[in-house]
Amino acid sequence: MDTLGLFNYWVVIFLMMAGFYTVIARGNLVKKIVGLNIFQTSVFILYISLGKVSGGTAPIVSDAATAYSNPLPHVLILTAIVVGVATTALGLALIIRIKEAYGTIEEDEILAMDQKDEGRE
Amino acid sequence: MMEMHLPVLQVIVPLLSAAICFLLGRGKLPWMFATLVSWVTFAISILIAIQVSDGSTLQYELGGWEPPWGISYNVDQLNALVLVIVSGIAAVVFPYALRSVEREIAPEQHGLFYTAMLLCFAGLLGITITGDAFNVFVLLEISSLSTYTLISLGKDRRALTSSFQYLIMGTIGATFILIGIGLIYALTGTLNMADLAERIPQIESSRTLQAAFAFIVVGFGLKLAMFPLHLWLPNAYAFAPSVVSAFLAATATKVAVYALLRFLFDVYDVNFTYEAMQVQYLLIPLATVAILFASIVAIFQNDVKRMLAYSSVAQIGYMLLGIGLVNATGITATLLHLFNHALMKGALFLALGAVCYRIGRTSIQQMAGLGQQMPWTMAAFVVGGLSIIGVPLTAGFVSKWYLILGTLENGWWPLTAAILIASLLAVIYIWRVVEVAYFRERPEGAPDVKEAPLSLLLPTWVLAAANIYFGVQTDFTVSFAKGAAASLLGGAP
Amino acid sequence: MSFLPITLEMSIVLALLLPLLGGLGILLAGRYPNLREGVTLTTALLLLLVVFSMIPEILAGERPELVLLEMMPGLSIRFEVEPLGMLFACVAAFLWPINSIYSIGYMRGNKEKKQTRFYFFFVVAIFGAMGIAFAGNLVTLFLFYEVLTLSTFPLVTHKGSSSMQSGRVYLGILITTSIGLLLPAIIWTWHVTGTTAFVPGGIIGDNLQGPLLVLLLFLFVYGIGKAAVMPVHRWLPAAMVAPTPVSALLHAVAVVKAGVFSVVKVVTYIFGLETLQGVAGVEWLLYAAGFTVVVASFIALQQDNLKRRLAYSTIGQLSYVVLGVAILAPISMVGAALHIVAHAFGKITLFFAAGAIYTASKKTEVSQLDGIGRRMPWTMGAFAIGALSMIGVPPAVGFISKWYILMGAFQTEQWIAIAVIIISTLLNAAYFVPIIFAAFFKPEAPGTKDHGEAPFAAVLALSLTAAMTVLLFLFPEVPFELAKQIGVGVP
Repeated sequence: MDTLGLFNYWVVIFLMMAGFYTVIARGNLVKKIVGLNIFQTSVFILYISLGKVSGGTAPIVSDAATAYSNPLPHVLILTAIVVGVATTALGLALIIRIKEAYGTIEEDEILAMDQKDEGRE
Repeated sequence: MMEMHLPVLQVIVPLLSAAICFLLGRGKLPWMFATLVSWVTFAISILIAIQVSDGSTLQYELGGWEPPWGISYNVDQLNALVLVIVSGIAAVVFPYALRSVEREIAPEQHGLFYTAMLLCFAGLLGITITGDAFNVFVLLEISSLSTYTLISLGKDRRALTSSFQYLIMGTIGATFILIGIGLIYALTGTLNMADLAERIPQIESSRTLQAAFAFIVVGFGLKLAMFPLHLWLPNAYAFAPSVVSAFLAATATKVAVYALLRFLFDVYDVNFTYEAMQVQYLLIPLATVAILFASIVAIFQNDVKRMLAYSSVAQIGYMLLGIGLVNATGITATLLHLFNHALMKGALFLALGAVCYRIGRTSIQQMAGLGQQMPWTMAAFVVGGLSIIGVPLTAGFVSKWYLILGTLENGWWPLTAAILIASLLAVIYIWRVVEVAYFRERPEGAPDVKEAPLSLLLPTWVLAAANIYFGVQTDFTVSFAKGAAASLLGGAP
Repeated sequence: MSFLPITLEMSIVLALLLPLLGGLGILLAGRYPNLREGVTLTTALLLLLVVFSMIPEILAGERPELVLLEMMPGLSIRFEVEPLGMLFACVAAFLWPINSIYSIGYMRGNKEKKQTRFYFFFVVAIFGAMGIAFAGNLVTLFLFYEVLTLSTFPLVTHKGSSSMQSGRVYLGILITTSIGLLLPAIIWTWHVTGTTAFVPGGIIGDNLQGPLLVLLLFLFVYGIGKAAVMPVHRWLPAAMVAPTPVSALLHAVAVVKAGVFSVVKVVTYIFGLETLQGVAGVEWLLYAAGFTVVVASFIALQQDNLKRRLAYSTIGQLSYVVLGVAILAPISMVGAALHIVAHAFGKITLFFAAGAIYTASKKTEVSQLDGIGRRMPWTMGAFAIGALSMIGVPPAVGFISKWYILMGAFQTEQWIAIAVIIISTLLNAAYFVPIIFAAFFKPEAPGTKDHGEAPFAAVLALSLTAAMTVLLFLFPEVPFELAKQIGVGVP
């Protein structure tokens, strides 16, 4: 039960940082959304692993089991997953509209076009 | 019988109405329906406020499940005040929406627009009323997702990119909150706020608890546009449709500030926030920089909407400064400013929406000479502006006065100076608009414009008048704010 | 007692309400110039009646007060009539009708545009002045102080975009000082005493001592930018772009008088003379005022533009009032209060004359005025009387006020103050006497356009104020009695 025993947290942190980095460092809007998804997923895993009781089984009452995993985090995260899906869908929809309006989904190109617009005003 | 269910109706009515609104299709019907809903919701919030005005607390158990197992809605003076703000602003903004939306949004999207507005509205009310930490996250996302859609409906294509930028930052913020809540849950095994408040003091020294605190503060900091996490706000407000800017500026950030307060003082407690985490050393510098820096940036904006957006960042700084003062007067000032800022920014954005309705844009040069041609609209703008500056007899003065008293109570007079300097900066940016509108002639060749239609003027003036009313008659706001501040700080064991 | 069948409280309400109603009337009558001017004059005369009707009872010791509304505990909009405010209100109410008559002559004579706006903001400015005069606490004073600042901005920039830059200087300095210095001073006062009310003898008492007291005084004096103590005097010359009636209003009736009035009021009713007497470091006010008097006079000497010369003369004269306060002797305080009145009548006469000269001949520079006295005898005669009042020689009222200030200086043996007064009297003479001399005794420059007196309305107005300057010298009882009662303990 030392460092290795908490491996689920290491996974969470790795995914979290990877996702966060992608969101910040990538200029492509789709990649940003992907990064955001990884970032969110890491939190989902965090919650799900929280609910695991070692030695516990699925929370269905039966005589054979003495310990159960906590079902509440799983339920909660179901909601969070739905939210995440909605966010992704909305983000992708926005990307499509941006592509129609600007003809590109690269952040730096969009920024340059915006600046040109502002210069004209 | 109905009275018992008021807390849940507060959220359920707009939430279900959003679905119905979606089915109503095009035409004026969605608007009429949404307006009606906003009025009903406002009435409910008033009834709730009356019930808790004596300092009592309403508790409602959803589906009859007792807390901590079920979700409970708790209303005290603090969130009653916020409920009144949010639904009051909605009740004013929805009637206004008809003409403005007709001008700014394509007809086939009207039904969807009102659906999204109602969803956002329901989400904001839900965050305010709920007593369950996880519920806060869910409702926050409901309101945020609908906000992203609403912003993207702006005419300019930059509305899309601003919306996307907000989506990224908003989601990161919300996820941070989710992490924070998850860590707290891991430690305590409960999500009910009242329950949390009892258990957290026992494990105060836990490192995990402190990490959760940091996640939550940063998460809400993003949502409420705390400097330097405010980058999404100016663009979002500048390119959103006028109605949306007005509604969001007046409500969304306020609700986020409320939620932050709730977590800082109710879920965690005063000792933890101020003594263990020393949050004031984070808030005061950031707030001071926000107040000064955002005000200066506002002066140099060409687009009046964006100028007001930066002004909002500064005003949020005032609210955070109030929290950082570590005394009851400061918290009172925060709550007063929460309420009053909703009124003034609402009035200003609505007035600007009326300008946009007539001249199609909001850059400052285009507003030359409008003082003569749209006297009522611009007069409302001036009233809102005076309130932002904090002139006596306007609502803005009341909150600034308490904030200054709070700084003096601690003897932190450099902060007093900063507040006054920021007021001066506000004079400058408001004055720029006044000067252009009143003391410049209409540019050659610019088409003559008429006064805005009554359906835009009336809501604008309701808010402008409220600015004056609540600057003169402070009983309601001050007593609620003081009561709420006392209960927030008194929560310490 | 009162010769109007209304209570004193009603009079306060009326004094504030009348200008507002007048303003509404002016807006409504905007299309009919004669009716509009009729509204202005009627309002002005009614206001005069209301204000003057209060004098006997105030002299008898009545101090009516009126709380309009209470925003927060201890923070209210409150009015109270006391002798000093009465004095200021009388000056404003008396000079407004005369100024209105003059304005009508001037604005029509020069065919100015947007006259409705002009008259409207003029009344609003009077409203502000009345509010300042009757303010019962610092918050009310501050509020009306800002009303006055804002309402005079459209007047200063009446000529349009060319005057905008000067307008910004005007507004910028006044707003910055008031929010940046005056407001903190008020908040500080409130913080240490828990009140902002004006109380005879002051409210500070023992709450502040030594350097802090001096700092607070500093904040107040420079925060009240309208008093134009150097270096916050720049707005006054900048405001010279305004039409002449406005300059007259600014310099004589409302704005600068509101400034020095507030200074006198703050020192007597917030600090209290006794609190300030003997405090180390409080002399700086004397030095600042003395410096302003002398330097402003020197600058005035170098100005060729008549209005600018008058503007710097105003800066100097205002600091006389501040000087009278800074001497901290009761008798010089009376002198300071009287100087508010004396300077008002003298300076308005001078500005009226400057405007009359411009209207009749389009001349604006001092060097162009050779021989003009023969073409405009009434105007230049009045100018001479006004100038005498500025210098402070009989038979003009300026003599009396200067005399009392000087007496105070002798009593407290403030030699610097005495020296300042003597030097500035000489300088005043040096920049006014040559104008009068040239106007009457120098031959006219060849090729001068033929012209006569200014329009009748203008001449009437300036003759009236010149006459008042002399009359007040002969019969100074009412202002003197009022000034004595401001509660500084003059027998």
